[in-house]
Parts: sequence; structure tokens; C-alpha cells
Amino acid sequence: MLLIPCPHCGERPEIEFTYGGEAHLVRPADPSTLDDAAWADYLYMRTNTKGVHAERWRHARGCGRFFNALRDTTTDRFLATYRIGEPRPAIAAGGAR
Amino acid sequence: MPEAPARHVPSLPSADWMSPLPPATRLAFQGGLAARAAAARVFPLPDAQAVCQARCDGDRAGLWLGPDECLLLAPATTGAAALLEALRSAIGTAAHSLVDVSHRQVGLEIRGPQAERILNGACPLDLSLEQFPVGRCTRTVLAKAEIVLWRTQAQHFRVEIWRSFAAYAAALLQEIARDYVV
Repeated sequence: MLLIPCPHCGERPEIEFTYGGEAHLVRPADPSTLDDAAWADYLYMRTNTKGVHAERWRHARGCGRFFNALRDTTTDRFLATYRIGEPRPAIAAGGAR
Repeated sequence: MPEAPARHVPSLPSADWMSPLPPATRLAFQGGLAARAAAARVFPLPDAQAVCQARCDGDRAGLWLGPDECLLLAPATTGAAALLEALRSAIGTAAHSLVDVSHRQVGLEIRGPQAERILNGACPLDLSLEQFPVGRCTRTVLAKAEIVLWRTQAQHFRVEIWRSFAAYAAALLQEIARDYVV
């Protein structure tokens, strides 16, 4: 089973977690000023990265907290996990772990 | 106020290695550091940094579930209303949430030399004493049910499980135990 390092609880089995989609998306401050294309871009368009991907996870059956993770989508390896609010670590594919 | 409907308590099997625990008072606490420190003056609560640790004082225990969340356990003789009142007056105006969940879940005790193996039949955590020492507690999964698991002694575990899942969990553990206990 894949072990995911929760930044609060440490390494825990994958089935305790739920996936939360791409990380670091910032909601536009005033959506009413956007045109439909820009709003649709925020709502639906994702990078679909091949390689290192920053994404949100939630330790739903554990501490219940959301956190961010860097995962290599080609190998499914977790390169880093970090708490919400912390900056994205600079790690290239094939980095740590 | 209309009389509360009778509480449905699932009848759970007992064995040498498993027994349902008597009713208890349970509170779900969520709050920041200020609320936590204030509540800890009247009830044993683990520090926010004491990850996955339970803190006991006699028959009362506070279980760390998350950096801002605790499960408070006390015997049923400690009424939930009295406990809520004591905690609320201690916490005062600090932002928090305190909910009586006594009837939401039931307790199961799993004990004996095979307890680790029986639980590991449905729980993916490493339950060896080195990785999951006495006093450690966490929310996790038992097959398809969510549980709170607490190691109270080297060979004693307390499982807190929502009561509609309790019969399923107990039956599953019995099935697993056929491999380990005669």
C-alpha cells in the first residue's frame, strides 16, 4: 500500500486520505468583473501536469486536515508534503525519496 | 420537551479477546490553542503538539485527533451536561466547538496476545509496540468503517466506532480472530 506522509501525523496508509485536486489555485478577488472565459478558466482548467504536480490531499480518516503535496504523476511518488499556507518546496522530478 | 426516544444500543458479541464497553460520556472538541489550554484546566487534554497521544486522568481521557481536535471520554456517571457546562465556563469566549457525541459511537475493547494481529486483519497501521506504543491514539479505518483506535495497555486496545457500524466491525473481527484464537 502507498504510504503518504501527512505533515501532522507522519507516514500513513493511502486509504486514510482523500484527494483534493490541484493546489495553489487562487480564487479571483472579484469574480463579477471577470468574463465567462476567465471564470471558466479558474473553475475548470487544470494543468494536467506530467511530472511534478502540486496537489491538495486531506487526511480524512486521520487528523482531518488538508495539506499540499508534490507528487510525480509519472511514478506516483510523493516528493514532499507541506502544510497549507507554506510555500511550495522547490523540488524537480527525480528529487527526494 | 418531548421525551427523547430510547437509545438503540447494538448488541455486540463478547469473547475472551473482545468485549463491548459500558456507555460513556463523549464530547467532540474543536478549538485553537487558547481554547485548548483553557479546557485543559478542567479536563485532561493532550497538547496540540502531542500528536496522536492520549492524556488520562483517572477514568477521564482526552484523545488527540488532530491539531485542533480532541475526543473527550468520561464514564457515563459524569453527565454530559455537567461536563459541557464546566468546559464552557472554563473556555469562556475563546472560539471553539464542543458537541455531545455520547450516543454517536460505542466502545469495544480488544485485548490479549493476539489483539494486534486481529486488528491488523482490517486496520492497515503498524500496531507493533515500537510504532504504536501505549497511550497512542488515532482516527483510522477498520475495513470500511472509520474508528478511533487507542492503545490503553500493551495488549489492550479501545476501539471507538459509530454505533451503526459496530455490529459489522465486531462480526468482522470475530471472523478474523478465527485465524488466531481457538
